[in-house]
Amino acid sequence: MQAGTANSTLIHGAGGTPPGGHAAPTSHKQTTGWLVMPSVGVLLVWMIVPLAMTLWFAFQRYNMIDPTIRGFAGLSNFQDMVTDPDFWASLKNTLLLLGSVLVITVCLGTLLAVLFNQSFPGRNIARVLAISPFFIMPTVAALVWKNLLLHPIYGVVGVLAQKFGFTPIDFFAQFPLASVIAVVSWEWLPFALLILLTAVQSLDTDQLEAARMDGAGPVAQFFFITLPHLSRAISVVIMIETIFLLGVFAEILVTTNGGPGNASTNLAYLIYSRALLQFDVGAASAGGVVAIVLANIVAFFLVRTVARRLET
Amino acid sequence: MATLSLRNIRKAYGPAEVIKGVDLEIDDREFVVFVGPSGCGKSTLLRMIAGLEPITSGELQIDGVRVNERGPADRGLAMVFQSYALYPHMTVAQNMGFALKLAKVPAAERDRKVREAARILQLEPYLERRPKDLSGGQRQRVAIGRAIVRAPKVFLFDEPLSNLDAALRGQTRIEIARLHEELGATMIYVTHDQIEAMTLADKIVVLQAGRIEQVGSPLELYHHPANMFVAGFIGSPRMNMLPVSVLESTAAGITVSLPSGAALTVPSTGDVAPGTALTLGLRPESLRPDPDGQLAGTVKLVERLGGLTLLHVETEGREDVIVQIEGLSMLNINHPVRLAADAAALHLFDAAGMALPALTRHSLVA
Repeated sequence: MQAGTANSTLIHGAGGTPPGGHAAPTSHKQTTGWLVMPSVGVLLVWMIVPLAMTLWFAFQRYNMIDPTIRGFAGLSNFQDMVTDPDFWASLKNTLLLLGSVLVITVCLGTLLAVLFNQSFPGRNIARVLAISPFFIMPTVAALVWKNLLLHPIYGVVGVLAQKFGFTPIDFFAQFPLASVIAVVSWEWLPFALLILLTAVQSLDTDQLEAARMDGAGPVAQFFFITLPHLSRAISVVIMIETIFLLGVFAEILVTTNGGPGNASTNLAYLIYSRALLQFDVGAASAGGVVAIVLANIVAFFLVRTVARRLET
Repeated sequence: MATLSLRNIRKAYGPAEVIKGVDLEIDDREFVVFVGPSGCGKSTLLRMIAGLEPITSGELQIDGVRVNERGPADRGLAMVFQSYALYPHMTVAQNMGFALKLAKVPAAERDRKVREAARILQLEPYLERRPKDLSGGQRQRVAIGRAIVRAPKVFLFDEPLSNLDAALRGQTRIEIARLHEELGATMIYVTHDQIEAMTLADKIVVLQAGRIEQVGSPLELYHHPANMFVAGFIGSPRMNMLPVSVLESTAAGITVSLPSGAALTVPSTGDVAPGTALTLGLRPESLRPDPDGQLAGTVKLVERLGGLTLLHVETEGREDVIVQIEGLSMLNINHPVRLAADAAALHLFDAAGMALPALTRHSLVA
């Protein structure tokens, strides 16, 4: 069905092009509009079909444990959800995770970007090392943190703690969300660093020298010249990270399984557990609809502020 | 109110020395222009005075006080950059008041000073605009305004006009000259444009390869260049250089023979034996077509500029001796022509390129 739609629009689009291809500017605009239809059509189908199915299931009784119970559910899936304490906890965890990681990566990323822009011996190696966590896939990164770094017995932190006479802490059990935040921040800091470093490098050195002549010390230069220059790149980092951080999943699955209890369950993990651990497709779809709404609310504010930044 | 004194200033990047010992005195209220070909070190020298580049050795004094170790903000200087270096996220008023804000000047006084500078530079209607909403000439004025607001002892200009179009450049040049009159400040100005150097300067410093070639007033450099480099660099079109040999040296000057055998007497002195090879410098504007002229040649190219005409004449074994004549001349390509030279405007240079001293100084040059 998908290919058929694309094909028909393609033929339609080709038919709309005037022979010879020498069109006046006005008709040019009209005819080229059809040429983008195939890609728009594919993207539309790509988006509409899953969205429609999610909405459909959200209003159905559909639990794979007992497939005989079917039929229209009305709002009962949503009713169950808002009365479910897990849901509100996961919503809070989602936003907490998003906000914390954003603050950590943007603040540290900005400082590191300024640092890595200075010349010091071994700078290129240091840059590669700082950026490398980004190339490690989330499951592996989570495993490294869980077993090699934070494990109370075998982990580096645990061993060090024992060596200095402290009681090792089982981070993922005692501070589950904070530990997940640490893992995700570690993964995304390189991204922020990379974007912000290129932005710092594009800063006109004349401006910094003019500021020096005007009496600005290193701190004043950072706050009055570098930071305003970075504002655009920072908003891009925030926007892209937000899109990805709303759906953090692998790190939670590998390290805490959303627990203990629901302490580190975010919305994505909650939907997963409803759909594939409890086989309640209807409840999971209702969660999905909420996730879509949430993402759109966040995106609305973000796109508005970022678009305004990018204008200037 | 400021005097500057540069004592054997040197700058080296590793083993490569780019400023090779510069000694210079700059008086109060003087307009000094550093001029030279690109890569001669003029911008580096300016940046060393500004404090943006550390001084490798030597001493820089402002008002008799050594300032080598002081930061750029503590030397009491202000600099106008070639790229203007305006802060893009600040309005014109914020740009101009930034230094005062950092110096914690009260807002009311800051505002008054910014408005005063804006008045001088006719920037009042633009105070709330951002740099990107201004034209090139306005940005240039904001950059100057940012310097004025600080009331510095010395203004430093780093090729401030090179990003402007020709018309605006002429206009801004006049504004800078007016500003110098009005503010009575010491100014140091770097340029590669000799028209800017000639029109603005009280004192021109010609630099080449990190060394000072000559220091003097614009007319002194034009009429009495110390060497061939300065003679060729100052004046447009360039001075023509011809190889000559000495016939005799008398009290009236040195008589030299041209490659064609023609003889010319140049009012210069010097201890030169007959037969010595010298270089004769003739400015294009000191040559004129004359039926009795000593130089015979053929016109190879005619450049008509309207008010002036430039002839490229093949003579004395050279293809491109340039002669500047009035614009209505009827001379055409391939015309035979004889040229006479104004004897007082001739220059002789020895084998090392140094000028032989003229018998009389030009009346405009004290």
